[in-house]
Amino acid sequence: MSYATREALSAFRRSPLLTGLSASMIALALYVVGLFSLATFNLQEALETLEERVEIVAYVLDGTTPDEMELARSELTALSEVLAVRTVSKARALEKARADLPEFQDVLGDLEWNPLPASLEIQLQPGSRTPRAIQRVAEATERYDFVEDVLYGREWVDKLFTLRHIGAITSIGLGAAFAAVAALIIGTAVRIAIYARREEIHVMRLVGARDGFIRQPFLLEGMLTGLVGGILATAIVFLTYLAIQSFLFDLEWLPRSWVALGIGAGGLFGLLASGFAIGRHLREV
Amino acid sequence: MIRFRDVTKEFPRRGAALKDVSFHVPKGQFTFLTGHSGAGKTTALRLVHMADRPTHGEVLVSGFSSLRTSDRDVWKLRRRVGFVFQDFRLLPARTAVENVGFALEVTGTPRKEIREKAHRLLGQVGLSHQAGALVHQLSGGEQQRVAIARALVADPLVLLADEPTGNLDERATRGIIDLFREINAMGMAVVLATHDLELVRASPETHVLELDHGRLAFDSHAQEVA
Repeated sequence: MSYATREALSAFRRSPLLTGLSASMIALALYVVGLFSLATFNLQEALETLEERVEIVAYVLDGTTPDEMELARSELTALSEVLAVRTVSKARALEKARADLPEFQDVLGDLEWNPLPASLEIQLQPGSRTPRAIQRVAEATERYDFVEDVLYGREWVDKLFTLRHIGAITSIGLGAAFAAVAALIIGTAVRIAIYARREEIHVMRLVGARDGFIRQPFLLEGMLTGLVGGILATAIVFLTYLAIQSFLFDLEWLPRSWVALGIGAGGLFGLLASGFAIGRHLREV
Repeated sequence: MIRFRDVTKEFPRRGAALKDVSFHVPKGQFTFLTGHSGAGKTTALRLVHMADRPTHGEVLVSGFSSLRTSDRDVWKLRRRVGFVFQDFRLLPARTAVENVGFALEVTGTPRKEIREKAHRLLGQVGLSHQAGALVHQLSGGEQQRVAIARALVADPLVLLADEPTGNLDERATRGIIDLFREINAMGMAVVLATHDLELVRASPETHVLELDHGRLAFDSHAQEVA
């Protein structure tokens, strides 16, 4: 085992209170980031569910032949923004209306002729649910002579897109702010740890240790403390998630990649904060 | 070995701690650096250790010049210069033998070699029986012996001591001075800073440098008073 590893590990043994305090501070800082991530992830999920409902419906004139409908279906499917196109015949539209609107059973049940038009239901690719992409597909659909009307809830799509935009900007802004606060707290925790070991650093310099050699155990210790803090934070966020799930409302747990990223961020913050703090300390002494 | 050439050291608020000081400490020499408190003894030792740099002039230590040695390379010099302080500066969480071995750990010496050498050095300063003791379990004199063993373990060319007996009683002081004599007898240069003139008078044949308000007032080799 190298000197740096031995020293970094022995710091946990020699001053468990201080190391525990540092790890707890990091955990609390990352807990806030974790809670924010949980909220952001669930908001994203909710928005995606709403976005999945975005579709364009093109009503066609009576008398449109199945061949014309099929041609339009295959041409629209070929557009890069389009995921799938479904043709709905007049008969199917009536059948669906009867099933979806049981309260109008009397009206829809005794019809002498079918007043509902056939239609094309166009689903969009996940990345193409923006107002501009929807507009493009709607315009391409309107070009067919037999298309009478194209509906997609323009106002609703615009609002959804604005909401997503605000969500993304808030996530980046608040996420960066929380991360900065976490970095500051971690930096302070590491500085306290370095201050507690200033005598050791002084003696190391006295006996001819190179600065790189002095840095190594502190960097490793900072990274380990950060990782422990990251794991602790994940555990507390998970407990909070369970509590919300049990007592308030349904939530999705974070994907594994997000959890790994969070713990990794703890380690990275610890490493960077240590590097910064020890570098500054070495310049000062 | 150690040469000061017209060295002046000024500090921003304190003014000049050393003024135009020149002297030479040859290889294997025992030197007392003496003077009242604030005369500049500690500043002179810090300049030898390159913990500070002269404002003017040059300090040369075993081929290392204060003008040409960069901060990045100071560690090379420090492995050749042992340093002992009045307050020992031992690491309290480590045992005596770990404190001694610490000076070798930072050089990347294999652990087995560190253990052997640290135990040998502790034996040399008469503390074999206290190898496993923590710092607080040792007396002041014993702690200073551990600090001396630590300063010697990397085989330096010169040993600097800044008021090493300042915190010790008379008996422990005698023991430490005898130890420095023994170390010097093995061929290592020793520069011992002290304001205790009794110690200096007890060794009339020893090289003496006396500082007074930052100036070199006396050099027994030069036999002149400034």
